[in-house]
Amino acid sequence: MSIVLIVAEQQPDGNLRKASLNAIAAGKQLAEKSGGELHLVLLSKDPSKVAGELTGTGAKAIHTAAAPEFEHYLAEVYAPAIAALAQELKATFIGAASTAQGKDLLPRVAARLKAAMATDITAINGGGADITFSRPMWAGNVFAEVKLNTPVQVISIRATEFSAAITGQNVSAEVKTFQPKLEASKTKFISFNEVKSARPELTEASVVVSGGRGTKGDFKEVEALADLLGAAVGASRAVCDAGWVPNDYQVGQTGKVVAPKLYIAAGISGAIQHLAGMKSSKTIVAINKDPEAPIFQVADYGLVDDLFKVLPALREGIQKLK
Amino acid sequence: MKILVTAKRVEDPESKIKVKPDGSDIVKEGLKYKINPFDEIGVEEGLRLAAKHTGEVVVVSIGGKEVQEQLRHALAMGANRAVWVNHTGPLDQLGIAGLLQKVAEKEKPDIVLLGKQSIDDDQNQVGQYLAEFLGWGQATFASKVESLESAEEKSKAPAVVLSADKKSVQVVREVDNGLATLEVQLPAIVTTDLRLNQPRYASLPGIMKAKSKPIEELTPAGLGVDVAPKIQVLKLSAPPARKAGIKVPDVATLVEKLHNEAKVV
Repeated sequence: MSIVLIVAEQQPDGNLRKASLNAIAAGKQLAEKSGGELHLVLLSKDPSKVAGELTGTGAKAIHTAAAPEFEHYLAEVYAPAIAALAQELKATFIGAASTAQGKDLLPRVAARLKAAMATDITAINGGGADITFSRPMWAGNVFAEVKLNTPVQVISIRATEFSAAITGQNVSAEVKTFQPKLEASKTKFISFNEVKSARPELTEASVVVSGGRGTKGDFKEVEALADLLGAAVGASRAVCDAGWVPNDYQVGQTGKVVAPKLYIAAGISGAIQHLAGMKSSKTIVAINKDPEAPIFQVADYGLVDDLFKVLPALREGIQKLK
Repeated sequence: MKILVTAKRVEDPESKIKVKPDGSDIVKEGLKYKINPFDEIGVEEGLRLAAKHTGEVVVVSIGGKEVQEQLRHALAMGANRAVWVNHTGPLDQLGIAGLLQKVAEKEKPDIVLLGKQSIDDDQNQVGQYLAEFLGWGQATFASKVESLESAEEKSKAPAVVLSADKKSVQVVREVDNGLATLEVQLPAIVTTDLRLNQPRYASLPGIMKAKSKPIEELTPAGLGVDVAPKIQVLKLSAPPARKAGIKVPDVATLVEKLHNEAKVV
């Protein structure tokens, strides 16, 4: 029987990272297809709050370890603890959401277990011993079906491709505590500067309004429309590089991958790298002065005009509907 | 200080990648090749560190003889010498990290700088694997606090900051919802994010000088690494195409379509 071990991520504010619920859903699917059971692991200074939430997700067991060393995530501290648990459980699959933490942590866990890894998986195929994964390559211009030929397999999960696991289910998982051996770390946590926002998190928002070079650094109209729609604000790489908006607004191959029900791109030309991060959105609207901009090739609705004229009018038009 | 940097050969990020009809590979005809953009940022950061702390930059690439082109590019930017691991045929991230481990053990650098991911595989794994194989600390997705258009960027100072006792580095990392700062003991692995620096262009004298800089040739067999891939790519396919959209003449039509057709507002 296969054991699927999914790493749950706790945010700096103590709450469960929402993308972890998507990873748990993928883990459940993987457990079903491979004929096994789902286990979760949580390392934290204080796991009690999140562990409670995780018990109702349909997992067989939640493994928690509490230590002051787990307060600030460090790959060097987390990886040995997770690898040791995986060995003890004889886990066949280890996974987590493909967040910054997941991407930093999982290859280190995999290296420790001499395991092959697939990053950012979008689908789980096959069954039994013949499980394969789909994952994007070349900025999402190609999808590959890959098989990991090592006894332990590691995957990071693209949250937008799996619907979130339901919490609060009747079947409650067993919470087990474990005490990993902590090794001396060569890495020290210094600080974390959070970008605080009253708007929804970019990767979780159902509407995203993004601005590009066309805004010339003036995001007021983009933000005003976002606030009207209860949307998150995104950006192209160019405007993040210029320092006009924080880096973690960036949508694309090297930024965040989003798949909201509505994505509005204002003043974004639509380079391959940007499209990689938003092409799976349900409805795409492009507003751009340049009729030849590549963004129009993926847009459901395109409007060739100045965004400083369009965005206020759009806001007014939507307001009238309400 | 010695800095080892990687230079993977990848398809030009601007090129349109197409899959062969049988799904065995991508169509290679007519493609241009470059140094992976993240690796180029690594080379630039290595050069800045070497300039500030008097050091040597060694660039490494794995592949057939064509990767010498990317090594020459890094040498033309200013790297001192190159290591070429001559290997043709398939290779996965475990194999790459295994080879880089041997090169690092041979070269004994203070820092290995790698791109956070290569723009072909998009795996984002090798730096982390290498750190674990070597038992070193890691700082992935290294970024810079200031914007790339700032005055500091123009002064070309390294963003990876060496401590006063030269035993550790401070690195600002780009993570979800903000920036995290770590201090890592040397030797260390650092992987670069896009906003670490703006790589320099190779100058004409740089290109001329690069021609006489040494490239050492190594092989997986010579390094004692089994590179048989464990990640098997069964099939490539094109992503599902989006249905062609429409252009609307004005805002009123756009609002009407979003409300009645797409039902999203």
